[in-house]
Amino acid sequence: MRNTILEARNISKYFYDPVRIKVLQDITFTIEKGEFVSVIGKSGCGKSTLLYILSTMDTDFEGELLIDNVSMVKKKEEELAAVRNEKIGFVFQFHYLLHEFTVLQNVMLPALKLNKYPEKEIEKRALEKLQMLGIGQLANKESYKISGGEKQRVAIARALINDPHIIMCDEPTGNLDKKNSTTVLDIFMRLTKEFNQTLLVVTHDNSFAAATDRIIEIEDGRIIRQ
Amino acid sequence: MNFKLLLSIANSLLIARLRQSMVAAVGVTFGIAMFIAMQSFMTGLNKLLDGLVINRTPHVRLYNEIKPNPRQPVNEYESYKGSYNFIRSLKPSNVRLAIYNNGNIMQALKMDKRVLGFTPRITAQVFFNNGVIDINGVINGIDAGRESRLFHFTDYVVAGKVEDMKNISNSIILGKALAETMLINIGDVVQITTVDGERYPLKVVGFFQSGIRDIDMIQSYTTIATTQKILGKPGNYITDIEIKLKDLNKAPAIAKEFAKSYHTDAEDIQTANAQYETGSNVRLVISYSVAFTLLLVAGFGIYNILNMMIYEKMDSIAILKATGFSGNDVKRIFLTISLSIGFVGGMLGLLFGFLLSMGINHIPFETAALPTVKTYPVNYNPAFYIIGILFSLLTTYLAGLLPARKAGRVDPVIIIRGK
Repeated sequence: MRNTILEARNISKYFYDPVRIKVLQDITFTIEKGEFVSVIGKSGCGKSTLLYILSTMDTDFEGELLIDNVSMVKKKEEELAAVRNEKIGFVFQFHYLLHEFTVLQNVMLPALKLNKYPEKEIEKRALEKLQMLGIGQLANKESYKISGGEKQRVAIARALINDPHIIMCDEPTGNLDKKNSTTVLDIFMRLTKEFNQTLLVVTHDNSFAAATDRIIEIEDGRIIRQ
Repeated sequence: MNFKLLLSIANSLLIARLRQSMVAAVGVTFGIAMFIAMQSFMTGLNKLLDGLVINRTPHVRLYNEIKPNPRQPVNEYESYKGSYNFIRSLKPSNVRLAIYNNGNIMQALKMDKRVLGFTPRITAQVFFNNGVIDINGVINGIDAGRESRLFHFTDYVVAGKVEDMKNISNSIILGKALAETMLINIGDVVQITTVDGERYPLKVVGFFQSGIRDIDMIQSYTTIATTQKILGKPGNYITDIEIKLKDLNKAPAIAKEFAKSYHTDAEDIQTANAQYETGSNVRLVISYSVAFTLLLVAGFGIYNILNMMIYEKMDSIAILKATGFSGNDVKRIFLTISLSIGFVGGMLGLLFGFLLSMGINHIPFETAALPTVKTYPVNYNPAFYIIGILFSLLTTYLAGLLPARKAGRVDPVIIIRGK
């Protein structure tokens, strides 16, 4: 029984400035539940662009995108935001924590927005996620007072809080040293193995990609290997 | 929508930029405080100045005007009914100045629900004899009790007692300016001559001062009975009925109606004192435009601060949008920030405005023209405070709208890719 989380059908994308350039051409692939997929390619090959299309944040493309077997094309901005909130977790190269909030509050934020559980419950779950990532002791610290590696782990906890169908990462280890990169990779491995979490990671770190279940390689806007 | 969440995000952003937010709020505070103080002072002054004339002016005055008879024989004659008739050298006829059947009119007025109150009056032209000189003047026969209740007569009596007018027979209250001219003190007797040549001594029991010298130079007051005695008229002789209405704005219509049904002339306050309303309106416009200007400046301050905040918090906006906050949510967050600045600033503005107007109310303001006034007048009307807070919310909402919309339209992809 196949359980498709994400499906891309013939996705093409153009940049118009300064001239019309086709950056993505007929990208077609599917991601099944529990898969740990990495997208690799040289700088400027369009792999980040693809990720932002898959994440529903970039809506200016041709083709079809299905998340959880529901088409994302023609959805309104507000509906897309709700989809991102509920079904997608994000980890970027930069952590994007809100400095005004504590670590715990940062993790809780998407869940408070989803408003599915009462606040107490959300707080408990957020603490669980932090403890799972080994940073439970930081929960009540100001988010700008922790180290870079810790920040990235908080960002992962934030991505996990709503139990998303898929976590999308753009160069999650790009800003981290060897040791922290390994930690992040270990966390991802554990998430897929123990929690059957689906992951889609864009990276140019080949050693990182080698550890994933499946590698999609992009060159000049086309998939050349998957 | 989870408003509490948006509020807490807005709150944290505000606190992160506390100093600028406070500066913006102070701008609003200043604007609203000035608005409140100016409104209170201006309308206080308006009320005072209006009171000078309008409070003492009846809303409708019934009287008989000296004028030619409108029904001329030639117009009544059958043969000339359809033609234009020119009559030359027409003179006013011998009109009865007394209001005919005034007892019944007053009875009817008492029943009329639109009438707040009325008071009968007699006005009589007299000369005050002062040595060899005769000074032209007017004696008003009034009902002191009613006159005080409806037209604040007592407020303007600056020396002596109003009651003495009733208690001492043949007494008179003189205009202060007139008394000064004639070098008369309270207790002195003044001789008057009526138009018909009758002489009559009256005892001066008080002075009154309206604040308008032209009036104080001519007018004097006594009881209705005394005036009837001076004029040698019977006890039902009344020349004016002064009416105060519940709604001043209905005066013109009611005046017309009364003139028709009571067969007298009737003058309404709007016709009699058109210029006072104009002055009041101009002062109102001035204070509103000053407040508007101040708030406009405050609004630009808020606009600036929000714009700065948005540039600074671009990352936060991007991640909020990435993790599921819609453009509208983000817009609401920034509007909330703007409105809270407006609300806090506005509330403080109301407080300072109140204190400021209290201060103004304690500044001594003594002028011979306004005997009842010792300090600057202030009108503590709650309506100003409601308008003030609405005004501050409105301006901050408008000032926040553009930056908030910009924040709502931030494209997270551009921000996140740029890193």
